[in-house]
Amino acid sequence: MKLAEIVRTLEATVLAGEAKLDSDIVRCGASDLMSDILAGLAEGSLLLTGLTTLQAVRTASIAGVGAIAFVRGKIPPAEVVQLADAHGLPLVSTPCSMFVACGRLHACRLTGLNGNR
Amino acid sequence: MSGLRKDFFIRARDFIHAGEASIRIQHLLKTMQFDPHLIRRIAVCSYEGEMNVVMHGGDGRLHMELESDVLKLDISDAGPGIPDIELAMRPGYSTASDEQREMGFGAGMGLPNMKKNADDMTIESQPGRGTRVRMRFFLNEGG
Repeated sequence: MKLAEIVRTLEATVLAGEAKLDSDIVRCGASDLMSDILAGLAEGSLLLTGLTTLQAVRTASIAGVGAIAFVRGKIPPAEVVQLADAHGLPLVSTPCSMFVACGRLHACRLTGLNGNR
Repeated sequence: MSGLRKDFFIRARDFIHAGEASIRIQHLLKTMQFDPHLIRRIAVCSYEGEMNVVMHGGDGRLHMELESDVLKLDISDAGPGIPDIELAMRPGYSTASDEQREMGFGAGMGLPNMKKNADDMTIESQPGRGTRVRMRFFLNEGG
C-alpha cells in the first residue's frame, strides 16, 4: 500500500517526507516502547506510535522503519520534525486512536511486522 | 578496509543526544556498503548498548573496531554496575525509572536484543565498578 494511500486512510497530515509518499508499505508495527520496536524486523515498515520524541525518530532510523505515524492527533516539536527530515523519514499525524489506526490498516490487508495478520 | 577505529563519548542522562553515536556508525557502514541486514544487527546492538549507558550508566564510551573479518563494539561505562547479569538479560526485566518509561524506555528488551543480534557478546560488570559490554560481528566476504 502506498504511503499516500495510508495517509488518506488515516485522515493524516504529512509533517515530513512529502517526497516519499509514493513509498510502498507492507508491514506495520504499533508500539510506544523503544526496545520492542527494535526486537522485531521493521525494515520499510510503518510505525504507529504516540511517542513524539527524538528517541522515537532515532529508534525508527536504527530499525530502518519506512515512516512514522503519530496517533491521537499528536504533533511533535519542531526539532523532532527536523531530525526526521535529516534522516529522510516521513512523519504523519493521524487523528485516529492507536486502535482505530491499526484497525483501518489491518482492514487494508497490511500485516504485522512478522508478516502475520 | 581494516584497522578502522572510532570512539564516541556517551553522556549519562543526555536524552537529547542519546543514540547519535549509533546513528553515525550506521551511516558509516551504509557508506561503506555493508550488507543491510548486517548493518541493522550492528546498529541495533550499538543503539541498545548506547541507550543503556545513557539511562543506567555513568558517562561512557562506545568504541568500534573494524578489521577485515570482524567488527567489534566495546561499550563501557562508569555507572553503578549490574548486580545480577542473568536477571538483567531476562526479557521484560528493566530498571528504567518512571521518567524514562514515559519516554518509551523500559521494555526490558535491550540486552536480549543485543544478544540476539550479535555473533557473540560478553558482559563484565560489578556493582560499583561500572559495566563493559563487548560484541563481535563476523563479516562475510564483501561485508
